[in-house]
Amino acid sequence: MEFISQHSVLVASIIKIAVLLLIVMTALAYLSWAERKIIAHIQSRWGPYYVGTHGLLQPLADGLKFLFKEDLTPPGADRLAYMLAPFLAFSFAVTAIALIPFGPPSVRFPFLSDQQAFSVADVGIGLLVVFAITSLGVYGVVLAGWSSNSKYPLLGGLRSSAQMVSYEVSLTMSVVGVVLLAGTLNFNEIILSQQGHWFHFLPRWHVFPQIVGFLCYLIAAIAETNRVPFDLPEGETELVGGFHTEYSSFKFAMFFMAEYGNMITVSCLATILFFGGWLSPFPDRWTWQLYLPGALLVLLGFYCAYDTVTAMRGIARIQLAVVTLLCLGVGILCLLPPVAAVIQGPFWIVTKILLFLFFYIWLRGTLPRFRYDQLMSFGWKLLLPVSLANLLVTAGWLVWGWVGQG
Amino acid sequence: MSVPFVLFFVCGALAVTGAVLVIAAREPIHSALALVLVMVALAVLYLLLGAPFIAAVQIIVYAGAIMVLFVFVIMLLNAGVEERTDFSAIAKYIGLPLGFVLIFWAAHWLWRSQAAAAIGTSASIPAASSHDLSVELFRQYLFPFEATSILILIAILGALVLARKEQ
Repeated sequence: MEFISQHSVLVASIIKIAVLLLIVMTALAYLSWAERKIIAHIQSRWGPYYVGTHGLLQPLADGLKFLFKEDLTPPGADRLAYMLAPFLAFSFAVTAIALIPFGPPSVRFPFLSDQQAFSVADVGIGLLVVFAITSLGVYGVVLAGWSSNSKYPLLGGLRSSAQMVSYEVSLTMSVVGVVLLAGTLNFNEIILSQQGHWFHFLPRWHVFPQIVGFLCYLIAAIAETNRVPFDLPEGETELVGGFHTEYSSFKFAMFFMAEYGNMITVSCLATILFFGGWLSPFPDRWTWQLYLPGALLVLLGFYCAYDTVTAMRGIARIQLAVVTLLCLGVGILCLLPPVAAVIQGPFWIVTKILLFLFFYIWLRGTLPRFRYDQLMSFGWKLLLPVSLANLLVTAGWLVWGWVGQG
Repeated sequence: MSVPFVLFFVCGALAVTGAVLVIAAREPIHSALALVLVMVALAVLYLLLGAPFIAAVQIIVYAGAIMVLFVFVIMLLNAGVEERTDFSAIAKYIGLPLGFVLIFWAAHWLWRSQAAAAIGTSASIPAASSHDLSVELFRQYLFPFEATSILILIAILGALVLARKEQ
């Protein structure tokens, strides 16, 4: 006990990192399931269905498959860079999530009351640190493309890095407006600057005054993570598979997880900067919102129970029954007032992040791919000037004080 | 032995190793990667000196943008493995001894100055906030700041003019 209270930072950090890593890895695995499932339904297919109920064990099976596949290194590849690339891509993608606050700083650790429970690192310049970490993610792509000693990955890597460097400028410029409005680079303070409501119902989120900035951010973020409609680095029709063509086995899986990790990071940033982070969208006087997370989980549990009884047969029925019991149990736990009060912050931020991730996947099911020259001219000739203009207007607004105080 | 103290020596060693590797590596890409290592290690040193803003900007600008362009150009030109050449006579008989003398002189000077005493004692330097930094930058040092900006603008224009195709 003496040791724990003396090294509270260390103990709390290790616990938080372990829990966050566990959650993020699970989220990465199930994001691939969600993506396949949602796109399948958009295209009138079923998607993964046979491994577990509704394909729920598919990520596990995929992980095992990746682990047991042969790990090839192409002849003439630069071994150091070839090994390093997937590790760099993956570790930078996951590290950035450590900066994200998943709940109010007032919620403290049990037994360690001087430590925040919901953010691993609450840094004064959090936003800059996240940009610093994500800007290093380019190296994974560049090195993978170059070190494979093959022409398609090289072309894919060149395209990808050019795209990421170009759109990173717009990405950074588009959030400066929010930083100006909030007057800080710290995530928790940015979120707290969005507290309250206009006209008693409209949350004071930065997305309303900064709608142009938000649209610029959204487009730049999709391009930055190499997703549809900006997924040129992986254009199968022209480049086979892009920068990771030569990778197999778990190294390929790491690129895959890095892509999902980057999606989660930019969704977290969008949520925090423009949509109030862990703040609830409803006014405080609506006290029923305290029971919303539990109630939703219980409803999901009832739906699963209905599905278990009506639609499932054999082993699938047992699996779904376990899911049902989990949903109901956790849901009822979340209805208890002390628990409900603690999970408010995480519930709202995670809900918003999930909505963003759904939007990403929805886009992938809907839009075709840009052409490369269109992509570049769009990024430099439209997106960057618009985000710069947005920055100028916001700065002018603040300096000359036309800002409405209500 | 406090954490910043250990971190200082680890990152200092990393920076020096990286710097040596930049020169010693034969693949141009490996040199570029070693330079990235130097940049990141320097960023940690800035952090230890209580300048988190500079540390973040160091990584964003140098490691995240400039070095990416370096690597990009090396990839595009597909630069081959460097050829080893012998030391020139000047480097061997004047350059090397002079280098060592410089290192020892700097080490001696550092050892006798106040800085050496501070390394062992101070656990960590309080971090300067970005607010303090911007107040300094835009009040007291406004003229050098703006002059540098104009210089960079001129450099960008120059690059555009040079890169333009011949009519």
